[in-house]
Amino acid sequence: MTVNIALFEMRRLFLSPFAWTVLAIVQFMHALVFYIFLSRYLQQPDIYNEHGLTEVVVAGYYQSSGLIMLLITPFLTMRLLSEDYRTGTIKLLLSSPVSVTRLVLGKYFGMVLFMLSMVIMVSLIPASLVLGAPLDYGQFIAAILGLVLLLCTFAATGLFVSSLFKQPVIAAICTFAVLLVLWTSHLASSTQSGTDDSVAAYLSILHHYNNFTEGMFNSVDLVYFIIMILLFLLLGIWRIDAMRIHP
Amino acid sequence: MNDESLICARNLSRYYGGRRAIHNISFTINRGEIVTFLGPNGAGKSTLMQILCGVLAASAGTVTIAGHDIIAEPLLAKRQLGYLPEQPPLYTDCTVDEYLTYCARLRNIKAALVPHSVTASKQKCGLNDVGKRLIANLSKGYQQRVGIAQAIIHTPDVIVLDEPSAGVDPNQMIEIRELIRDMGREHSIILSTHMLAEAQSISDRVLIIYAGSVILDSKLAVLDEPLEQTYLKLTQDTSIEMNRS
Repeated sequence: MTVNIALFEMRRLFLSPFAWTVLAIVQFMHALVFYIFLSRYLQQPDIYNEHGLTEVVVAGYYQSSGLIMLLITPFLTMRLLSEDYRTGTIKLLLSSPVSVTRLVLGKYFGMVLFMLSMVIMVSLIPASLVLGAPLDYGQFIAAILGLVLLLCTFAATGLFVSSLFKQPVIAAICTFAVLLVLWTSHLASSTQSGTDDSVAAYLSILHHYNNFTEGMFNSVDLVYFIIMILLFLLLGIWRIDAMRIHP
Repeated sequence: MNDESLICARNLSRYYGGRRAIHNISFTINRGEIVTFLGPNGAGKSTLMQILCGVLAASAGTVTIAGHDIIAEPLLAKRQLGYLPEQPPLYTDCTVDEYLTYCARLRNIKAALVPHSVTASKQKCGLNDVGKRLIANLSKGYQQRVGIAQAIIHTPDVIVLDEPSAGVDPNQMIEIRELIRDMGREHSIILSTHMLAEAQSISDRVLIIYAGSVILDSKLAVLDEPLEQTYLKLTQDTSIEMNRS
């Protein structure tokens, strides 16, 4: 059932011009970022000696990609559940023999499938470097994995926030606010305690994501993303379940 | 008609904050019965239907669908349930076929049987010619038919229709009534309406709901006077009593 819901949700995304427009804009912005990093790299050959091509271009590209996705995700996830509330299709889902867990997972994986297609498209740009230069595949794959985990976390966050509101626009604004707080929470640690092992630093998505883009695969980072995904999915399930009591 | 009880509601109450939506409602509906919930706007008909379908939780009381409690065994109970809410739950960016296929899958119909179920429900609701059209481009009457089609696609034992003839033209209304009567032979059907004539022409039993309570539960055949007179008398009397208290 989860698969049915996920495939239907993904199909519906691709039915609308909105998703195609987002894909096109995301691709264009990434192409621009790639061009900037590559031209800067080519203009400063001294960096070339100290750092590798992957370290400069690919790592920088994926770090910027995280920021672009932070801006785009709220618009993608805002309708996930709030539209069902608004149009009444939530009543179809709640009166069907589908558990709330499967319903939320179906919606989530539908969005994740769409985001994976975005990751593939976006990753083709730096992959083109293979044609003319040696690439550190380890770092490249770590960065892709980091982006996948980042988007899975963004999707879970957006899904939960969308479950709280009937108006998609409010869901988008709140998702953006939550993601921005998570993204920048490390700033609180560096200004106050100055240590990297504070709670605020651990909570920072950027901190964990950058480790991946720099080619480091730490289980701490992986666990962080998994905890965040599970947390927001559980909150989403709890919210939908509670809707029958407090609509 | 037989005496197999398909819907059993016991002491249902629902409060929105401090406001009482329905209070202590109990009834049983057997297979083959078509029951109409009749009442003015805000009487609690839609709330009651949502509780019966597991969309809303009751503040107190229990609902059993075909022997399964809607809270304790929701998946088993909901398999036997088809529900058309007041506003048809449609994905307007899909075609009718895509939408009904999705609904069939949601209702656990086996993959091999899905096309047959879609065709059969389209046939019953007169949607054969619009299968490939976007739901958004259909008239309100056709959208209502699509809503009914999704409620009957899995041939459930219990069909709950909240104002099924809202927004449809007189011709379509007659067709929908015939469809409901036809389905009523094999299933239990609950429908809500404001229209007394509709209640009289389709159903064989009526529950008049007023201010969250059932003030009449009777078979139409045993009413001494026309339904219209009974309805007006009961709702006015109840209103006066409530004002006094």
